[in-house]
Amino acid sequence: MADIIIALIAVILAPIVGGLISGVDRKITARLQSRFGPPILQPFYDVFKLLGKTPMVINSWQVLCAYVYLAASMLCVFLFFMQSDLLLIFFVLTIGAVFLVMGALSTPNSPYSQIGAQRELMQMLTYEPLLILVFVAIAMVTGSFKVSDALAYPKPLLTQLPLIFIVLGYALTIKLRKSPFDISASHHAHQEIVRGVLTEYSGPFLALIEIAHWYEVIFVLALCGLFWATNLFGMLVLLVITYFLEIIVDNVSARMTWRWMLKGALSVGLVLSFINIVWVYTAG
Amino acid sequence: MSILNNWINKGRLKSPWVVHFDCGSCNGCDIEVLACLTPMYDIERFGIINVGNPKHADVLLVTGTVNHRNKHVLKNIYDQMPDPKAVIAIGACGLSGGVFRDAYNVVGGVDKVIPVTAYVPGCPPKPEAIIDGVVTALEEVKKVLGLTA
Repeated sequence: MADIIIALIAVILAPIVGGLISGVDRKITARLQSRFGPPILQPFYDVFKLLGKTPMVINSWQVLCAYVYLAASMLCVFLFFMQSDLLLIFFVLTIGAVFLVMGALSTPNSPYSQIGAQRELMQMLTYEPLLILVFVAIAMVTGSFKVSDALAYPKPLLTQLPLIFIVLGYALTIKLRKSPFDISASHHAHQEIVRGVLTEYSGPFLALIEIAHWYEVIFVLALCGLFWATNLFGMLVLLVITYFLEIIVDNVSARMTWRWMLKGALSVGLVLSFINIVWVYTAG
Repeated sequence: MSILNNWINKGRLKSPWVVHFDCGSCNGCDIEVLACLTPMYDIERFGIINVGNPKHADVLLVTGTVNHRNKHVLKNIYDQMPDPKAVIAIGACGLSGGVFRDAYNVVGGVDKVIPVTAYVPGCPPKPEAIIDGVVTALEEVKKVLGLTA
């Protein structure tokens, strides 16, 4: 019962914290570029403005897809804080991402949307094998796929899975659509495919997707938090350092092509996770 | 409900995303618009983002002379933007046709095709003048929303 209450509180708090994180993200990005930057609450202003706009849709599929994407992200956060099964969470996450692509693919007359959807599929093809290897490695160390067992593990997982954490960093950058992996859609001034997968979403439906993205940020950070679950302070330090490095990488790198992403992220990710898994296997 | 409306109205004033359409301008006004996005002026601190997609935008910035060929494109872009929206005509050409106003292919100002909220004169206008134009347009939006005292 306590689990359900904690999970419900997490689902309510996640968009607020996620919005604040993305506000801080934009502020730090601006400071790194010698700009003053928008207020911390700017993402909330953006989303409330979008919620108040006239709904314009191409077809009813898009509306359904936006809602399912939001629901899947919420369910991911809910299941994670219920300390449920990592594999189940992985499938729910995938369903959300597939529906986002389906919504973009449902507009046959929009080439930008089509290209964005195909690039999003390429991104999924890259981060999902990495993510599943991360889960397998966690399961090899802790003995099960349950989040509760990972939390109960006496030592920080980072001491046994340092290379896997780097792989998770790759998956995180792709999932959060940060440079150099912001190939399907991106924020701010990069707009060569006019926000790709989000091209045909507008007004309140774009707001739903933005809120779903905040849920995903929280979910991915919670996943990183598993690697130092033994004390809260250590977890916070790890998360702050990880997210700050993400912002730095986002700012110092240009966008790359999907071929580069597929080759680079998969080869590095597969080799690193292979070494780490063999190491855990022989040591344990 | 009124709290939600307050937040939505606040968002409308604090996050005007702009899309920028060039009706065949000489590029003078365009580089001044883009200069606003640089660290020197940094309009993102007011929540302004330059988007590439009219479906995401709240403000349409139009530069250059509207002619019979591109007036349909301009109207199409305007129609694709969800309400509430504003239009800012930038530069002498956008206001009236500028030095080209007597040419046979020129329609005249942007307001001959779509309703304009604010005009920014100049050839080209300074970035400060363009920012001032956005502020003026937001004042008009405030009047429409009934937020002025």
